[in-house]
Amino acid sequence: MNDVVCCLLGSAGFDRAAQGVLGAGRRLADSLGGKLRAIVMGPAEDALTSGAAAVADVVVVAADPALAEYNPETCLTALAELVKQAEPKAVLLGNDTYSQELAARLAHRLGGSAAGDAVEVAAEGEQLRVTRGVYGGKATAVIALARSPGVVWVRARAIEPASAEGRSPGTVENASLEVTADPRVKVVERHVEAKEGVRLEDAQIIVSGGRGLGGPEPFEELKTLADTMGAQMAASRAACDAGWVPPSWQVGQTGKKVAPELYLAVAISGASQHIMGIADAKVICAINRDADAPIFKHCRFGIVEDYQKVVGPLRERLSALK
Amino acid sequence: MNIVVCLKQILDPEIPARDFKVHSEKREAEQGGANLVTNIFCENALETALQARDAHSGKITALSCGPDGAEDVLRKALALRVDEAILVVNEADSNPDPLFVARTLAAAIRKHGDVDVVLVGREAGDWGAGQTGGLLAEELGLPCISFAESYEPGSTAGTVKVKRQTDAGYEVMEVTTPVVLTITNHDQNVPRIPKTRDVMQSYRKPLEKWPLSDLDIDPATAHDYYQVAELFIPQKEVQCELVEGDTLEAKIEAFAGRIAEVIQSM
Ligand SMILES: Cc1cc2nc3c(=O)[nH]c(=O)nc-3n(C[C@H](O)[C@H](O)[C@H](O)COP(=O)(O)OP(=O)(O)OC[C@H]3O[C@@H](n4cnc5c(N)ncnc54)[C@H](O)[C@@H]3O)c2cc1C
Ligand SMILES: Nc1ncnc2c1ncn2[C@@H]1O[C@H](COP(=O)(O)O)[C@@H](O)[C@H]1O
Repeated sequence: MNDVVCCLLGSAGFDRAAQGVLGAGRRLADSLGGKLRAIVMGPAEDALTSGAAAVADVVVVAADPALAEYNPETCLTALAELVKQAEPKAVLLGNDTYSQELAARLAHRLGGSAAGDAVEVAAEGEQLRVTRGVYGGKATAVIALARSPGVVWVRARAIEPASAEGRSPGTVENASLEVTADPRVKVVERHVEAKEGVRLEDAQIIVSGGRGLGGPEPFEELKTLADTMGAQMAASRAACDAGWVPPSWQVGQTGKKVAPELYLAVAISGASQHIMGIADAKVICAINRDADAPIFKHCRFGIVEDYQKVVGPLRERLSALK
Repeated sequence: MNIVVCLKQILDPEIPARDFKVHSEKREAEQGGANLVTNIFCENALETALQARDAHSGKITALSCGPDGAEDVLRKALALRVDEAILVVNEADSNPDPLFVARTLAAAIRKHGDVDVVLVGREAGDWGAGQTGGLLAEELGLPCISFAESYEPGSTAGTVKVKRQTDAGYEVMEVTTPVVLTITNHDQNVPRIPKTRDVMQSYRKPLEKWPLSDLDIDPATAHDYYQVAELFIPQKEVQCELVEGDTLEAKIEAFAGRIAEVIQSM
């Protein structure tokens, strides 16, 4: 079979991530000459179901009550069952926590091969090939998946959505499967950080701080600059590991992948692993007191100064310019 | 509790990009003058295990699969006072695929005996596969929680309570043991530094070495899951304009102007 299945687990509606996964799926299915099937797990949101149907040939909604709350074991078993029914050549997921958590295990249950963090998925003959950054973003690798199906989680927001134009919407079905909650795992607490404004991944402007800030207080000062700019706050791993800001602020290889119009890096050296998270930013600029800091290799413009001398006056200038 | 921590030796991921070269035929990085180190998330995993043992007692076994030289990561673990160390020696292949590694680790864990918690890193800093934990759980038929930052005994015997990171915050789950946890970095699991005395003693501690053949693992299957077809260094040069000015004020003025320009064009 040459079909492609897109699994939408952690989607908040028909967001940019869901659009990216479906875009990759649509193009892959077309190149394979197969159908595109989307599986929506958990409570079905109308926007997601209809958004997916605009791009996919079939949307399968798995709205069983046992799947309403994400539980890795229950979700994996259900997903494996649904994908098996479809007998696809490729299975695509996004890069949310849940998708990353399940991709390799799903491949194992299907007798296939997985790869992750894909910026591109292509079929070459019988094989799927996945392009991704490796060695902390210092190199690019093309990975040839030896077994079928290929299960790939993609850098969803970096991938072009598919146009729905000129195609009639796909059919929407309810999943036929029996789900029993896996008793081995129980979710005791689910904590969602209250964050103002849009999610970091969707932010248009980001102000990010690094180890060079030296402590949690300067982040508060940076916040006033961010507010003036209408920006969201983020941080390097070093700042998160120091406990200055929560782990959810981390941007990079093992943090959030962001794609803003403007990314201002303050006292961040620009290690390749950090850059991996901002590769899709339109304009990167930086404040760093070291002119040789690698971050400047990725910047459109920058200022070589101590941040302490810059942040306050910069905020004043910017609010005057508004 | 019996804890197994899986440790991978990798090329130092923090070497600067300008010193990084790849061998495009072998499809691997050249080591050059760089050190081989323990993958940082494996160190976070080990720290998590040490804290669990400090708080609730237990036995920690450090397990690695790699060439003879990977003994170094286990010596470092012994210096942090793990109870046992096992190296599955694989000289045949320097970059086996994640399923091969997971099958090997699973076989070693079975041979080793009783285990309650298996800890791995969320991903390795070289190839970044992030698959070994999940595949290992499947090989052993165990549940798996990813991106965990800590765990403690659960409310009933035979369970652990795991705190793990999500995109939006965190989750706490209670899960039956044995279980596989993949560990991520957090301000509470920053690796501790061994004492000099313990480092010296680590060289005298026993370390078991098992050949792949002891585990019935065929090195010829090291790429049955996937192969690296190409490896190259992407070329991307951005011209950076460092703002100039006679005074600090003038520089900031210029910088602010550039920022305002971008924001206005959005
Ligand atoms: C497997 C792996 C995954 C990783 N994942 C991530 C990730 O997801 N995200 C991430 O960020 N990192 C990640 N890292 C870590 C990464 O390699 C770097 O260690 C980290 O990004 C460094 O953070 P930093 O730039 O804040 O700190 P540093 O590298 O210490 O840089 C601090 C910078 O601040 C500047 N500075 C100091 N004082 C001042 C001042 N007063 N004014 C102006 N500038 C000043 C310095 O010149 C320096 O450039 C990962 C590493 C590994 C191995
Ligand atoms: N050769 C190995 N020996 C021991 N543990 C490994 C090995 N390879 C991977 N692991 C474990 O799996 C984690 C994730 O690695 P990976 O799936 O390769 O990104 C690592 O942090 C280790 O804990």
